Amino acid sequence: MAALNWQIVTVTAVRDETPRVRTLSLLVPSWQSHRPGQHVDIRLTAEDGYQAQRSYSIASAPSDQPVIDLSIELIEDGEVSPFLHDEVVVGDRFEVRGPIGGYFVWDGAGTDPLLLVAGGSGIVPLMAMVRHRAQIGSSVPCTLLYSSRTPEDINYSDELQRLDAREDGLRVIHTLTRSQPQGWTGYSRRIDMRMIGEMLEGTGRMAQAFVCGPTPLVESVAESLVNIGLAPSQVRTERFGPTGA
Amino acid sequence: MTDESTDYEGADRLTLDANACAGLLMEVFGTEMTVAASRCTHCGNRAQVGSLRAYVHAPGVVLRCATCTEVVMRIMRRADGSYLVDARGAAYIRM
Repeated sequence: MAALNWQIVTVTAVRDETPRVRTLSLLVPSWQSHRPGQHVDIRLTAEDGYQAQRSYSIASAPSDQPVIDLSIELIEDGEVSPFLHDEVVVGDRFEVRGPIGGYFVWDGAGTDPLLLVAGGSGIVPLMAMVRHRAQIGSSVPCTLLYSSRTPEDINYSDELQRLDAREDGLRVIHTLTRSQPQGWTGYSRRIDMRMIGEMLEGTGRMAQAFVCGPTPLVESVAESLVNIGLAPSQVRTERFGPTGA
Repeated sequence: MTDESTDYEGADRLTLDANACAGLLMEVFGTEMTVAASRCTHCGNRAQVGSLRAYVHAPGVVLRCATCTEVVMRIMRRADGSYLVDARGAAYIRM
């Protein structure tokens, strides 16, 4: 693999997914295509030379184009995300390196069913997998269980609905933990062992699980999966830390 | 803080996966390390480096075994830009 060099990227589009998550499209001049689930590091440098560095998952599927999408959750007291939310406009430039990480990756090889479990902005790397799966026409059974606070907090809501409607083996299941729309018939509680068990009834015990979100959610889900009988090697986790920063 | 976080009590909120340190590991070792196999000196568990638990809020980065929680590796960046790596917690790393 090539050395990990910082390069200057240019913001080509900005789009709000939810009130708290904004997607930046970045033109990365010498981009080697990424694998779904990988992340990049962003480095911001202030005028006085102070630098701040953060990792962000890539939301877009691999493509021939040197453009990637990052979906960034606003952390109110954060150091980097408020800047990326409030200050960055199309045409701005900053430093990025990547793609990074081979562990939390699904690139379409293999036939084992997938169980993807997301909490909040933990959906981002899993979205890259779901988009990639659709793009390559994979028929690998895939269940996405996605926990959000309210309907307004669901990222990529319309796209997920469209992908689910293709009936190509993808099931998208939401749980809304804080408020639900009228007539909501889906889950309305935090993810627990019973819910995970119900997901596994659909996928079977051979599933490869990818779990991403705030650390406490990931720990709880990973523990449930192993308690139900999945081998630790079947469970890949990406903890976003206390707030998903 | 999201309630996806506050709903789940008892976990150490600062824990990350070593996959989150893939950039740093690549700086240090010059190659993608998260899929490299390692064996914990303490409990003998074999696992990919990306599955180790990462603690990044201390000076330096500490990677711990996901099974026994003992320290597998410590990485410290020194003032001159070089790295100090203490990997005595790894019986081996296959790369």
